[in-house]
Amino acid sequence: MARVSASVYTSHVPAIGAALDHGRTGEPYWQKVFGGYEFSKRWMASNRPDVVFLVYNDHANAFSLEIIPTFAIGTAAEFAVADEGWGPRPVPKVLGHPELAAHIAQSVIQEDFDLTIVNNMTVDHGLTVPLSLLCGQTDAWPFRVIPFAVNVVQYPVPSGRRCHQLGQAIRRAIQSYDEPLKVQVWGTGGMSHQLQGPRAGLINREWDNRFLDRLIADPASLAQMPHIDYVREAGSEGIELVMWLIARGAMDESPPRVAHRFYHVPASNTAVGHLILENPS
Amino acid sequence: MPLAKPYQDIPGTTIFDAEQSRKGYWLNQFCMSLMKAENRARFKANQRSYLDEWPMTEEQKQAVMARDLNRCIAAGGNIYFLAKIGATDGKSFQQMAGSMTGLTEQQYRDMMIAGGRPIDGNRYLHEWEKK
Repeated sequence: MARVSASVYTSHVPAIGAALDHGRTGEPYWQKVFGGYEFSKRWMASNRPDVVFLVYNDHANAFSLEIIPTFAIGTAAEFAVADEGWGPRPVPKVLGHPELAAHIAQSVIQEDFDLTIVNNMTVDHGLTVPLSLLCGQTDAWPFRVIPFAVNVVQYPVPSGRRCHQLGQAIRRAIQSYDEPLKVQVWGTGGMSHQLQGPRAGLINREWDNRFLDRLIADPASLAQMPHIDYVREAGSEGIELVMWLIARGAMDESPPRVAHRFYHVPASNTAVGHLILENPS
Repeated sequence: MPLAKPYQDIPGTTIFDAEQSRKGYWLNQFCMSLMKAENRARFKANQRSYLDEWPMTEEQKQAVMARDLNRCIAAGGNIYFLAKIGATDGKSFQQMAGSMTGLTEQQYRDMMIAGGRPIDGNRYLHEWEKK
Protein backbone atom coordinates (compact mmCIF):
# COMPACT_ATOMS: atom_id res chain seq x y z
CA MET A 1 0.00 0.00 0.00
CA ALA A 2 1.05 3.62 -0.49
CA ARG A 3 2.11 5.62 2.54
CA VAL A 4 2.96 9.16 3.58
CA SER A 5 6.63 9.12 4.59
CA ALA A 6 7.14 12.78 5.41
CA SER A 7 5.82 16.31 5.01
CA VAL A 8 7.68 19.41 3.92
CA TYR A 9 6.65 23.02 4.60
CA THR A 10 8.11 26.06 2.92
CA SER A 11 7.40 29.60 1.81
CA HIS A 12 7.15 30.01 -1.97
CA VAL A 13 8.29 33.61 -2.52
CA PRO A 14 8.56 34.41 -6.28
CA ALA A 15 11.76 36.42 -5.76
CA ILE A 16 13.44 33.19 -4.59
CA GLY A 17 12.70 31.69 -8.00
CA ALA A 18 14.01 34.80 -9.73
CA ALA A 19 17.24 34.71 -7.67
CA LEU A 20 17.76 31.05 -8.63
CA ASP A 21 16.95 31.58 -12.29
CA HIS A 22 19.23 34.61 -12.61
CA GLY A 23 22.22 33.04 -10.86
CA ARG A 24 22.10 35.29 -7.79
CA THR A 25 22.13 32.55 -5.14
CA GLY A 26 25.70 33.45 -4.08
CA GLU A 27 24.81 37.03 -3.08
CA PRO A 28 24.94 37.54 0.70
CA TYR A 29 21.27 38.58 0.79
CA TRP A 30 20.21 35.31 -0.85
CA GLN A 31 22.81 33.09 0.82
CA LYS A 32 20.93 33.65 4.08
CA VAL A 33 17.83 32.18 2.43
CA PHE A 34 19.38 29.35 0.44
CA GLY A 35 21.64 28.33 3.31
CA GLY A 36 18.53 27.15 5.11
CA TYR A 37 17.82 24.65 2.34
CA GLU A 38 21.26 23.03 2.02
CA PHE A 39 20.32 20.30 4.49
CA SER A 40 16.96 19.90 2.76
CA LYS A 41 18.49 19.19 -0.65
CA ARG A 42 20.71 16.47 0.86
CA TRP A 43 17.72 15.08 2.77
CA MET A 44 15.66 14.99 -0.46
CA ALA A 45 18.44 13.11 -2.24
CA SER A 46 18.39 10.35 0.37
CA ASN A 47 14.63 10.38 1.06
CA ARG A 48 13.33 10.64 -2.47
CA PRO A 49 9.58 10.00 -2.72
CA ASP A 50 7.76 8.52 -5.70
CA VAL A 51 5.11 11.22 -5.58
CA VAL A 52 4.78 14.63 -3.92
CA PHE A 53 1.26 15.83 -3.17
CA LEU A 54 1.99 19.54 -3.35
CA VAL A 55 -0.42 21.96 -1.67
CA TYR A 56 0.02 25.52 -2.97
CA ASN A 57 -2.00 28.43 -4.25
CA ASP A 58 -2.30 29.87 -7.70
CA HIS A 59 -1.59 33.62 -7.89
CA ALA A 60 -3.97 34.77 -10.65
CA ASN A 61 -2.22 32.66 -13.28
CA ALA A 62 -4.09 29.40 -13.93
CA PHE A 63 -7.26 30.82 -12.38
CA SER A 64 -8.55 34.33 -13.09
CA LEU A 65 -11.73 35.65 -11.48
CA GLU A 66 -13.81 33.62 -13.94
CA ILE A 67 -13.57 30.46 -11.85
CA ILE A 68 -12.35 30.35 -8.24
CA PRO A 69 -12.18 26.78 -6.93
CA THR A 70 -11.61 26.47 -3.19
CA PHE A 71 -9.76 23.14 -3.56
CA ALA A 72 -8.51 22.02 -7.00
CA ILE A 73 -6.69 18.73 -7.61
CA GLY A 74 -4.56 18.37 -10.73
CA THR A 75 -5.27 15.00 -12.33
CA ALA A 76 -3.39 15.55 -15.60
CA ALA A 77 -0.33 13.65 -16.83
CA GLU A 78 1.67 16.87 -17.05
CA PHE A 79 1.49 20.55 -16.18
CA ALA A 80 3.24 23.36 -18.06
CA VAL A 81 5.01 26.17 -16.19
CA ALA A 82 2.99 29.42 -16.23
CA ASP A 83 4.12 32.71 -17.76
CA GLU A 84 3.23 35.04 -14.90
CA GLY A 85 4.08 38.14 -16.90
CA TRP A 86 7.87 37.98 -16.62
CA GLY A 87 8.13 34.91 -18.93
CA PRO A 88 7.89 31.27 -17.70
CA ARG A 89 10.52 30.17 -15.16
CA PRO A 90 13.21 28.09 -16.92
CA VAL A 91 12.37 24.93 -15.01
CA PRO A 92 11.19 21.50 -16.20
CA LYS A 93 7.54 20.78 -16.81
CA VAL A 94 5.81 18.97 -13.96
CA LEU A 95 4.80 15.34 -14.46
CA GLY A 96 1.66 14.33 -12.62
CA HIS A 97 0.38 11.04 -11.27
CA PRO A 98 -3.13 10.79 -12.76
CA GLU A 99 -3.92 7.40 -11.21
CA LEU A 100 -3.13 8.37 -7.62
CA ALA A 101 -4.69 11.82 -8.12
CA ALA A 102 -7.94 10.26 -9.37
CA HIS A 103 -7.92 7.80 -6.46
CA ILE A 104 -7.49 10.63 -3.95
CA ALA A 105 -10.23 12.69 -5.62
CA GLN A 106 -12.65 9.77 -5.59
CA SER A 107 -11.83 8.96 -1.99
CA VAL A 108 -11.99 12.42 -0.39
CA ILE A 109 -15.05 13.57 -2.37
CA GLN A 110 -16.88 10.59 -0.93
CA GLU A 111 -15.75 11.83 2.49
CA ASP A 112 -17.62 15.12 1.80
CA PHE A 113 -14.68 17.27 0.59
CA ASP A 114 -15.94 18.73 -2.69
CA LEU A 115 -12.79 19.04 -4.78
CA THR A 116 -12.66 20.59 -8.22
CA ILE A 117 -10.96 18.22 -10.67
CA VAL A 118 -8.62 19.95 -13.10
CA ASN A 119 -7.23 18.22 -16.17
CA ASN A 120 -5.68 21.24 -17.82
CA MET A 121 -3.81 23.92 -15.91
CA THR A 122 -0.45 25.64 -15.72
CA VAL A 123 1.46 25.78 -12.44
CA ASP A 124 3.02 28.98 -11.11
CA HIS A 125 5.74 29.95 -8.63
CA GLY A 126 3.62 28.69 -5.74
CA LEU A 127 4.42 25.18 -6.93
CA THR A 128 7.74 25.55 -8.77
CA VAL A 129 9.66 27.58 -6.15
CA PRO A 130 9.30 24.84 -3.49
CA LEU A 131 10.44 22.26 -6.06
CA SER A 132 13.51 24.38 -6.87
CA LEU A 133 14.33 24.91 -3.20
CA LEU A 134 14.22 21.19 -2.41
CA CYS A 135 15.62 19.78 -5.67
CA GLY A 136 17.93 22.54 -6.95
CA GLN A 137 18.41 23.23 -10.62
CA THR A 138 17.68 20.15 -12.67
CA ASP A 139 16.64 18.99 -16.15
CA ALA A 140 13.80 16.85 -14.77
CA TRP A 141 12.05 16.83 -11.40
CA PRO A 142 13.00 13.58 -9.61
CA PHE A 143 9.43 12.55 -8.73
CA ARG A 144 5.83 12.86 -9.86
CA VAL A 145 3.79 15.77 -8.50
CA ILE A 146 0.07 16.06 -7.80
CA PRO A 147 -0.69 19.81 -7.73
CA PHE A 148 -3.32 20.75 -5.18
CA ALA A 149 -4.36 24.40 -5.49
CA VAL A 150 -6.16 26.12 -2.62
CA ASN A 151 -7.94 29.45 -2.99
CA VAL A 152 -6.25 31.86 -0.60
CA VAL A 153 -6.63 34.89 -2.89
CA GLN A 154 -10.34 35.73 -2.62
CA TYR A 155 -11.69 35.83 0.92
CA PRO A 156 -13.05 33.82 2.58
CA VAL A 157 -10.45 31.12 2.15
CA PRO A 158 -11.08 27.68 3.68
CA SER A 159 -10.72 27.54 7.45
CA GLY A 160 -7.70 26.03 9.14
CA ARG A 161 -10.00 23.41 10.63
CA ARG A 162 -11.30 22.40 7.21
CA CYS A 163 -7.77 22.23 5.83
CA HIS A 164 -6.59 20.03 8.69
CA GLN A 165 -9.55 17.65 8.27
CA LEU A 166 -8.97 17.51 4.52
CA GLY A 167 -5.33 16.57 5.15
CA GLN A 168 -6.50 13.69 7.33
CA ALA A 169 -8.83 12.50 4.54
CA ILE A 170 -5.96 12.73 2.02
CA ARG A 171 -3.85 10.56 4.34
CA ARG A 172 -6.57 7.88 4.42
CA ALA A 173 -6.90 8.08 0.64
CA ILE A 174 -3.16 7.59 0.12
CA GLN A 175 -3.09 4.70 2.57
CA SER A 176 -5.84 2.93 0.63
CA TYR A 177 -3.95 3.05 -2.70
CA ASP A 178 -2.74 -0.41 -3.69
CA GLU A 179 0.63 0.39 -5.25
CA PRO A 180 3.44 0.64 -2.64
CA LEU A 181 4.27 4.30 -3.34
CA LYS A 182 6.26 6.53 -1.03
CA VAL A 183 4.39 9.83 -0.91
CA GLN A 184 5.32 13.16 0.63
CA VAL A 185 2.78 15.89 1.27
CA TRP A 186 4.05 19.46 1.05
CA GLY A 187 2.39 22.57 2.43
CA THR A 188 3.60 25.87 1.00
CA GLY A 189 3.15 29.64 1.28
CA GLY A 190 3.54 32.06 4.18
CA MET A 191 4.95 32.89 6.56
CA SER A 192 4.00 36.39 7.75
CA HIS A 193 3.79 38.87 4.89
CA GLN A 194 1.58 41.57 3.51
CA LEU A 195 1.95 42.68 -0.10
CA GLN A 196 -0.69 45.40 -0.24
CA GLY A 197 -1.71 48.71 1.24
CA PRO A 198 0.11 51.08 3.60
CA ARG A 199 0.71 48.16 6.03
CA ALA A 200 2.74 46.25 3.37
CA GLY A 201 5.97 44.79 4.68
CA LEU A 202 4.45 43.49 7.91
CA ILE A 203 6.47 40.71 9.55
CA ASN A 204 5.68 38.98 12.84
CA ARG A 205 8.63 36.81 13.82
CA GLU A 206 7.27 35.81 17.22
CA TRP A 207 3.89 34.76 15.82
CA ASP A 208 5.54 32.79 13.00
CA ASN A 209 7.74 30.82 15.39
CA ARG A 210 4.79 30.09 17.65
CA PHE A 211 2.95 28.83 14.56
CA LEU A 212 5.85 26.47 13.78
CA ASP A 213 5.91 25.21 17.39
CA ARG A 214 2.18 24.50 17.38
CA LEU A 215 2.20 22.98 13.90
CA ILE A 216 4.76 20.45 15.09
CA ALA A 217 3.34 19.70 18.54
CA ASP A 218 -0.37 20.50 18.52
CA PRO A 219 -1.85 20.88 15.03
CA ALA A 220 -5.42 20.08 16.12
CA SER A 221 -5.50 23.12 18.39
CA LEU A 222 -3.69 25.31 15.85
CA ALA A 223 -6.35 24.36 13.29
CA GLN A 224 -8.98 26.12 15.45
CA MET A 225 -7.34 29.52 14.94
CA PRO A 226 -9.76 31.89 13.14
CA HIS A 227 -8.89 33.74 9.91
CA ILE A 228 -8.81 37.11 11.60
CA ASP A 229 -5.80 36.05 13.68
CA TYR A 230 -3.85 35.16 10.54
CA VAL A 231 -4.59 38.40 8.69
CA ARG A 232 -4.23 40.71 11.69
CA GLU A 233 -1.09 39.10 13.12
CA ALA A 234 0.66 37.69 10.03
CA GLY A 235 -0.53 40.05 7.28
CA SER A 236 -3.17 39.79 4.59
CA GLU A 237 -1.09 37.24 2.65
CA GLY A 238 -0.07 35.37 5.82
CA ILE A 239 -3.44 33.61 5.44
CA GLU A 240 -1.60 31.27 3.05
CA LEU A 241 -0.46 29.38 6.14
CA VAL A 242 -3.80 27.53 6.34
CA MET A 243 -2.35 25.38 3.55
CA TRP A 244 0.33 24.04 5.91
CA LEU A 245 -2.46 22.42 7.93
CA ILE A 246 -3.42 20.22 4.98
CA ALA A 247 0.08 18.75 4.89
CA ARG A 248 0.16 18.42 8.68
CA GLY A 249 -3.21 16.65 8.69
CA ALA A 250 -1.81 14.08 6.24
CA MET A 251 0.80 12.99 8.81
CA ASP A 252 0.30 10.13 11.26
CA GLU A 253 -1.39 10.90 14.59
CA SER A 254 1.76 9.94 16.52
CA PRO A 255 4.32 12.77 16.98
CA PRO A 256 6.56 13.38 13.96
CA ARG A 257 10.34 13.60 13.96
CA VAL A 258 11.55 17.12 13.19
CA ALA A 259 14.26 16.54 10.59
CA HIS A 260 14.81 20.24 9.87
CA ARG A 261 13.58 23.67 10.92
CA PHE A 262 14.56 27.03 9.44
CA TYR A 263 13.32 30.60 9.73
CA HIS A 264 14.66 33.77 8.14
CA VAL A 265 13.56 37.35 7.47
CA PRO A 266 13.41 38.54 4.73
CA ALA A 267 13.08 37.18 1.24
CA SER A 268 11.77 40.20 -0.62
CA ASN A 269 8.58 41.09 1.35
CA THR A 270 8.25 37.84 3.25
CA ALA A 271 9.32 35.80 6.26
CA VAL A 272 10.67 32.44 5.11
CA GLY A 273 9.73 29.39 7.16
CA HIS A 274 10.68 25.81 6.43
CA LEU A 275 10.10 22.49 8.18
CA ILE A 276 10.67 18.83 7.36
CA LEU A 277 8.65 16.40 9.46
CA GLU A 278 9.09 12.64 9.16
CA ASN A 279 6.55 10.02 10.15
CA PRO A 280 7.87 7.42 12.58
CA SER A 281 8.30 4.31 10.42
CA MET B 1 -28.33 40.43 8.35
CA PRO B 2 -25.01 41.90 7.20
CA LEU B 3 -22.02 39.58 7.41
CA ALA B 4 -19.45 40.28 10.10
CA LYS B 5 -16.22 41.65 8.65
CA PRO B 6 -13.81 41.93 11.57
CA TYR B 7 -10.93 42.37 9.10
CA GLN B 8 -12.14 45.89 8.34
CA ASP B 9 -10.58 46.89 11.67
CA ILE B 10 -7.02 46.26 10.41
CA PRO B 11 -5.18 49.46 9.42
CA GLY B 12 -3.68 49.93 5.97
CA THR B 13 -5.21 46.69 4.75
CA THR B 14 -7.99 45.85 2.28
CA ILE B 15 -9.14 42.24 2.35
CA PHE B 16 -10.10 41.02 -1.11
CA ASP B 17 -13.50 39.59 -0.29
CA ALA B 18 -16.46 38.81 -2.52
CA GLU B 19 -17.64 42.44 -2.39
CA GLN B 20 -14.25 43.80 -3.49
CA SER B 21 -13.98 41.06 -6.10
CA ARG B 22 -17.35 42.00 -7.59
CA LYS B 23 -16.36 45.67 -7.68
CA GLY B 24 -13.00 44.92 -9.26
CA TYR B 25 -13.97 42.18 -11.68
CA TRP B 26 -13.12 43.98 -14.93
CA LEU B 27 -10.09 45.75 -13.48
CA ASN B 28 -8.64 42.39 -12.48
CA GLN B 29 -9.62 40.71 -15.75
CA PHE B 30 -7.91 43.56 -17.63
CA CYS B 31 -4.79 42.78 -15.57
CA MET B 32 -5.03 39.10 -16.54
CA SER B 33 -5.01 40.09 -20.21
CA LEU B 34 -1.47 41.47 -19.69
CA MET B 35 -0.16 37.91 -19.35
CA LYS B 36 -0.06 37.83 -23.16
CA ALA B 37 2.94 39.57 -24.72
CA GLU B 38 0.92 41.05 -27.59
CA ASN B 39 -1.51 42.62 -25.12
CA ARG B 40 1.34 44.09 -23.08
CA ALA B 41 2.70 45.68 -26.26
CA ARG B 42 -0.72 47.09 -27.22
CA PHE B 43 -1.28 48.44 -23.70
CA LYS B 44 2.11 50.14 -23.63
CA ALA B 45 1.59 51.64 -27.08
CA ASN B 46 -1.67 53.36 -26.09
CA GLN B 47 -2.82 52.83 -22.52
CA ARG B 48 -6.01 54.82 -22.73
CA SER B 49 -7.34 53.10 -25.83
CA TYR B 50 -6.45 49.66 -24.45
CA LEU B 51 -8.23 50.45 -21.17
CA ASP B 52 -11.24 51.73 -23.09
CA GLU B 53 -11.73 48.23 -24.49
CA TRP B 54 -12.70 47.11 -20.97
CA PRO B 55 -15.94 47.91 -19.11
CA MET B 56 -13.99 49.43 -16.21
CA THR B 57 -15.01 52.54 -14.28
CA GLU B 58 -13.26 55.83 -15.05
CA GLU B 59 -11.75 55.73 -11.54
CA GLN B 60 -10.27 52.29 -12.23
CA LYS B 61 -8.76 53.48 -15.50
CA GLN B 62 -7.32 56.64 -13.91
CA ALA B 63 -5.87 54.61 -11.03
CA VAL B 64 -4.15 52.25 -13.48
CA MET B 65 -2.73 55.08 -15.57
CA ALA B 66 -1.45 56.79 -12.40
CA ARG B 67 0.06 53.43 -11.29
CA ASP B 68 -1.47 54.17 -7.89
CA LEU B 69 -1.85 50.68 -6.45
CA ASN B 70 -3.66 51.86 -3.32
CA ARG B 71 -6.30 53.48 -5.52
CA CYS B 72 -6.47 50.33 -7.66
CA ILE B 73 -7.06 48.23 -4.54
CA ALA B 74 -9.74 50.61 -3.25
CA ALA B 75 -11.44 50.20 -6.65
CA GLY B 76 -11.55 46.42 -6.26
CA GLY B 77 -8.11 45.39 -7.52
CA ASN B 78 -6.21 42.49 -6.01
CA ILE B 79 -2.44 42.61 -5.70
CA TYR B 80 -1.80 39.33 -7.54
CA PHE B 81 -3.76 40.65 -10.52
CA LEU B 82 -2.27 44.15 -10.27
CA ALA B 83 1.18 42.54 -10.32
CA LYS B 84 0.64 41.95 -14.05
CA ILE B 85 0.80 45.74 -14.53
CA GLY B 86 4.05 45.79 -12.59
CA ALA B 87 5.41 42.97 -14.73
CA THR B 88 4.48 44.96 -17.83
CA ASP B 89 6.43 47.92 -16.40
CA GLY B 90 9.38 45.72 -15.38
CA LYS B 91 8.79 46.23 -11.65
CA SER B 92 9.53 43.65 -8.97
CA PHE B 93 7.00 42.62 -6.35
CA GLN B 94 9.05 44.45 -3.74
CA GLN B 95 8.92 47.68 -5.74
CA MET B 96 5.15 47.30 -6.09
CA ALA B 97 4.55 46.55 -2.40
CA GLY B 98 6.82 49.37 -1.31
CA SER B 99 5.04 51.86 -3.58
CA MET B 100 1.91 51.57 -1.41
CA THR B 101 3.60 52.43 1.87
CA GLY B 102 4.74 56.02 1.44
CA LEU B 103 8.37 54.90 1.79
CA THR B 104 10.99 55.24 -0.90
CA GLU B 105 12.16 52.05 -2.57
CA GLN B 106 15.40 52.12 -0.56
CA GLN B 107 13.62 52.87 2.74
CA TYR B 108 11.24 49.96 2.16
CA ARG B 109 14.07 47.57 1.27
CA ASP B 110 16.00 48.67 4.37
CA MET B 111 12.91 48.15 6.54
CA MET B 112 12.57 44.58 5.25
CA ILE B 113 16.26 43.80 5.82
CA ALA B 114 15.91 45.17 9.36
CA GLY B 115 13.12 42.64 10.04
CA GLY B 116 10.08 44.15 8.35
CA ARG B 117 7.26 46.35 9.63
CA PRO B 118 6.71 45.48 13.29
CA ILE B 119 3.33 44.17 14.42
CA ASP B 120 3.11 46.37 17.52
CA GLY B 121 1.01 49.44 16.77
CA ASN B 122 -0.21 47.94 13.48
CA ARG B 123 -3.04 45.64 14.54
CA TYR B 124 -6.10 47.91 14.87
CA LEU B 125 -7.46 51.01 13.14
CA HIS B 126 -7.47 53.02 16.36
CA GLU B 127 -3.70 52.52 16.68
CA TRP B 128 -3.20 54.43 13.41
CA GLU B 129 -5.80 57.09 14.16
CA LYS B 130 -3.75 58.23 17.15
CA LYS B 131 -0.74 58.90 14.92
